[in-house]
Amino acid sequence: MKGLLDLIVGDPQADRVVPPTGVTARLTIFVSAVMAFLAIVALALSLSTGRVADRWADELAQAATLRLPADPEQADAHLAKTLEILETTPGVASARALTNEEQQALLEPWFGSDLPFDTLPIPQLVEIIADEPAYDPEGLQARLTAEVPGAVLDDHANWRDPLLAAAGRVRLIGWAVILLIGASVAAMITLAAHASLAANAQVIRVLRLVGARDVYIARAFVRRYTLRAGLGAIAGVVLALIVLQILPDGGGFFAEVGFDGAGWIWPLVIPLLAAIVAFFATRAAAMARLREQT
Amino acid sequence: MIELDNVSYGHNGTALFSQLSLTLAPGSFQFLTGPSGAGKTTLLRLCYADLRAQKGKARLFGQDAATLDRDGVAMSRRRIGVVHQDCQFIDHLSVAENIALPLTVAGRVSEAAGNLKELLSWVGLGPQSGRLPPELSGGERQRAALARAVIMSPDVIIADEPTGNVDWEMSQRLLSLLVELNRMGKTVLIATHDLNIIRSLKSDVDARVLRLKDGQLTTAGSVL
Repeated sequence: MKGLLDLIVGDPQADRVVPPTGVTARLTIFVSAVMAFLAIVALALSLSTGRVADRWADELAQAATLRLPADPEQADAHLAKTLEILETTPGVASARALTNEEQQALLEPWFGSDLPFDTLPIPQLVEIIADEPAYDPEGLQARLTAEVPGAVLDDHANWRDPLLAAAGRVRLIGWAVILLIGASVAAMITLAAHASLAANAQVIRVLRLVGARDVYIARAFVRRYTLRAGLGAIAGVVLALIVLQILPDGGGFFAEVGFDGAGWIWPLVIPLLAAIVAFFATRAAAMARLREQT
Repeated sequence: MIELDNVSYGHNGTALFSQLSLTLAPGSFQFLTGPSGAGKTTLLRLCYADLRAQKGKARLFGQDAATLDRDGVAMSRRRIGVVHQDCQFIDHLSVAENIALPLTVAGRVSEAAGNLKELLSWVGLGPQSGRLPPELSGGERQRAALARAVIMSPDVIIADEPTGNVDWEMSQRLLSLLVELNRMGKTVLIATHDLNIIRSLKSDVDARVLRLKDGQLTTAGSVL
């Protein structure tokens, strides 16, 4: 805790030994801001994708569709029998037959609106909403097969599983992007610190001459880069949040992009992570460089 | 204080000197002379562990310099005030901040205020204290370097051609400062190629004159 306080408050005398200006200072702030911006956008997309996928998966898990054979002569009897079975099946909250209009609306994207619906043998669809705990799909299918031959229960597993897998992959890509951004920040800070240490070789020589320990010399550089990376990241995060706020939603997925609930921790954590990465990268670079300059 | 025992050092396979011994006894005053390129600066750097002996032993305050880690070297340097030939400073810090630097890095900033004022007045740099090193003349830089070397009240003062860039009057003033420090009990080692300054101090201080030539260190005609 004291070390953290020392890092934030610093030693004004020690800070002054390193020249305060230089292109590496501006570059560090700029790159840190850009990386934080990208990290926030990547996180927002990843978390939003996860949220949307979870919601879709929940909806799909709750609903199932039962398709009855397209047999005009026995359609009503099949439907009545099916509804009777569903009413007595534990785990089924409700079941209802889709109306002709609803079925037509489902077919419209493939066959158009002028489909002669009445003249075609269209299978009757029944929407089932599961209760908690849900029904046993295999048991229900077996009962329906016995009572209503040709009835097919679709519990949407074929849709849900690939969707969940895709959402998982998007989340994984999101985390990989965050890791790559972190590694890029570390690499950039390391290069900038090396450049700064090389540019300040004379300062280091003098400090060594007067008995400065390596940790003292390194601290002046480490504190400066840590604060620069942190401040740059704060700027990048603020900019990213503004951009996410003004993103045109178009009534679709982009309306979901952003943070909610515990997700809001990330805009706070990213500058901290940037500062931590900068701290360790600069410290390692400084100590390595100082060892080389013996 | 500082002891070199049969040390050897060379560059690119060529020996600059070998099996050379030197002892800086507490309170002693010694001049190191010799032609340019004889290795005076190298010898001084061995004395403050800026270089490591390739053979033999260098002891700083009783400790084998070869066994000192980087922190150990830094701590030893706090007991040795060094005045460089080229007076290296941190150019963006004021003269006062540069002189106080040894106290700053040692975390003894509180001592700086009192010591600094006295020291600036002693070396005659009071009016220049707020200026930057590049704005100083050669003599002022030498005096600032000397002030920085002594602000920690070190046990040993090593000066490499401290009068190299200054006129005769200024060189006498700088040397008198070193003589005064020696009278205060400090060990002083000065490297110079100018024998006139040694002659000028003959009556003021009981100094031993060492000569480094052809890899041999001699005094009063004998090999050390």
